[in-house]
Amino acid sequence: MAEHPERDEITGRYTTGHEWDGISELNTPLPKWWVWVFYISIGWSVLYTIAYPSWPVMSGFFGGATGWHARASLEDSLAEAREARSEWVTQIAARDVPAILEDNTLRSYAMRGGEVLFKENCAPCHQTGGAGAYGYPTLADDEWIWGGTPEAIVTTIQHGIRNDTDPDARSSEMYAFGEWELLTEEEIDQVAQYVYDLSHGEMNAGPGQDIFVAQCAACHSPDAQSPGGEGNKDLGGPPLNNRIFLYGGTKKDIAAQVYKPQLGVMPSWSGRLSDEDIKQLAVYVHSLGGGQ
Amino acid sequence: MAHGAAPGTRSDGTFYAEGAIRLFVLAAVFWGIVGFLVGDVIAWQLAFPVLNLDLPWTSFGRLRPLHTSAVIFAFGGNVLFATSLYVVQRTCRARLYGGDVLGKILFWGYQIFIVLAAVGYVTGVTQSKEYAEPEWYADLWLTVVWVLYIAAFVGTILKRREPHIYVANWFFLAFMITIALLHLGNNMAVPVALMGGDSWTKSYGLLSGVQDAMTQWWYGHNAVGFFLTAGFLAIMYYFVPKQANRPVYSYRLSIVHFWALIFLYIWAGPHHLHYTALPDWAQTLGMVFSVMLWMPSWGGMINGLMTLSGAWDKLRTDPVLRFLVVSVGFYGMSTFEGPMMSLKAVNSLSHYTDWTIGHVHSGALGWVAFISFGALYFMVPALWKRQSLYSLKLVSLHFWIATLGIVLYITAMWVSGIMQGLMWRAYDELGFLQYSFIESVEAMHPYYIIRATGGVLFILGALIMAYNFYRTIKGDVAEGAPDSVPAGATVGVQR
Repeated sequence: MAEHPERDEITGRYTTGHEWDGISELNTPLPKWWVWVFYISIGWSVLYTIAYPSWPVMSGFFGGATGWHARASLEDSLAEAREARSEWVTQIAARDVPAILEDNTLRSYAMRGGEVLFKENCAPCHQTGGAGAYGYPTLADDEWIWGGTPEAIVTTIQHGIRNDTDPDARSSEMYAFGEWELLTEEEIDQVAQYVYDLSHGEMNAGPGQDIFVAQCAACHSPDAQSPGGEGNKDLGGPPLNNRIFLYGGTKKDIAAQVYKPQLGVMPSWSGRLSDEDIKQLAVYVHSLGGGQ
Repeated sequence: MAHGAAPGTRSDGTFYAEGAIRLFVLAAVFWGIVGFLVGDVIAWQLAFPVLNLDLPWTSFGRLRPLHTSAVIFAFGGNVLFATSLYVVQRTCRARLYGGDVLGKILFWGYQIFIVLAAVGYVTGVTQSKEYAEPEWYADLWLTVVWVLYIAAFVGTILKRREPHIYVANWFFLAFMITIALLHLGNNMAVPVALMGGDSWTKSYGLLSGVQDAMTQWWYGHNAVGFFLTAGFLAIMYYFVPKQANRPVYSYRLSIVHFWALIFLYIWAGPHHLHYTALPDWAQTLGMVFSVMLWMPSWGGMINGLMTLSGAWDKLRTDPVLRFLVVSVGFYGMSTFEGPMMSLKAVNSLSHYTDWTIGHVHSGALGWVAFISFGALYFMVPALWKRQSLYSLKLVSLHFWIATLGIVLYITAMWVSGIMQGLMWRAYDELGFLQYSFIESVEAMHPYYIIRATGGVLFILGALIMAYNFYRTIKGDVAEGAPDSVPAGATVGVQR
């Protein structure tokens, strides 16, 4: 217990004379630089609060000498961005998509804008570059369920597919042939085999083909009766004569889809995206694969 | 130094209550490893989302609060209980108020709180306030425990046999009182069962909207300021001078930086809500108070580091001191980074990015965990009356492996965070955003793997520590270990 200050040999400083469990304290003055930086940070803070909205007063707050305000500053930047884009947006608004596609400058602008919009809004399902995924159609090929013309793409984006928010949404509903007992398990097996062969380029006559013509061709063939399964874009019946399948192309996958189909949903983008944005998206999507 | 014959007594006859402290030490090691492990699991989940396992109770959303609470309140909390009860008795030369009975009530009461909170997290019971997720029943239980904690601590100070109160105890007291205030203020809620609701766990907060957000970050920031800073500065003020066997650098600095820190910290919370619905004036004040906090924080760092004047050579030979001193270095680094990130211009880049996560972990791993490891390495031989730790080589291994882990963690998060912020704000010449959000997520993938790898190293270090403690408590001494340390620095003397 040191009741009196003692000199520390190493630093030459004296202790305060207090001691706890063997710990004593030196009587070192505050480091000068520390004091000064502390003062400067306080001074800077005072100046900052004079410049910007800061101290609360009775029924409001001191607004600051600069008049800066976060909301006003955000509105200024947004207005600036709108102004910078206004020329392009006006031109896009005045034209339909085919006309935009013909104007090289406007097309490249729309391509860039469409790509950005696609990455933010569409890529989560359709993947980057429209590569597609299980249950989400590939947009980078030339198979279109609902049509690949600029107009058809715009309509699909505007209204979406099978959503319950837009009365104009594209809609088709494949029957649950198995669950509703429209086909027996044996018949499903036969038609699944037929479609599987069809997707591999073989058209085999037999009971499977008969079932296909009777039950499937109505939507999956352009003339509603041919056994070829080339697809019908007006009805949203995908082609079955290639190996592009949304829910898998094995015979088992096909049979499962015939038994009880999975039906994908796409939201309606009108209202969320402006008309000009949708046109840019259509230009981009049209360019990805086989725009028609 | 003689450890007295009877357990808990010293040669000068003072009788310390240490049973509960030993339990708190063991709990700190246990919860620390649990907390680090859960943290690393969620780090891997961020790199590979399939590890969420598609189960609700193993999803990131539930494990993340389990991780934060386990490391802050279970690991950090048990370290604070252990060190505060250890330090207050020795620096007051008085037996714990309430003795080992109250100490053990505190211990079991606090562990019950931890389990109540943890069970809530994984089963989805939460009030959705960051670091204050436990529902009303756990909050009420903690309030009771905390009041008893303050009673035990203040009671011991009141019956002290020293004329003055040591600086470590000021910091411990500031931590206890402020945490009590924060806990009560931020958890004002009405259980829905009282209003005829059918869930007995659910409650709704009294505040809503921006008032609720501001109160939450008043709490959140000061949980950092008083739980993870003031409490651990108290640890620094006892264990650094003890382990270095040097007097504290400056008594005056300790007074000035204590009061400056306590006064300024409490106002800095709004910097968590820059560029939100929080009014501009509150954002400005949150920012300037954070900037003014820089030097008061560094006052603690100076006092910790400069206490080594004349003892720097011990860093080469004493890995326990190395933990303590490097932790103070990390404290200085993160308390410079913090005020810098509170600047609105910097925050507009850093907010919502991994930079924030990196900042938090340079404080949490570098400062809080390292000073805790140092204090635990100091206390274990003392509490179990062993001549020394089992192996100082293992302490050194722990130090290097954990330091490497921290460096991997922080640098990965700096790079990833700044990259994220820059990607989000990049525009092309036509005024379009250069990158989509998902592209910024993809770009972070390699850094998430580096971060999670750093986490593995940190856990390995903690396991080495646990093994070292197990052998120390058993009474083993690794051959040759004491020889690697010169006499004055040997762990096990100077208690």
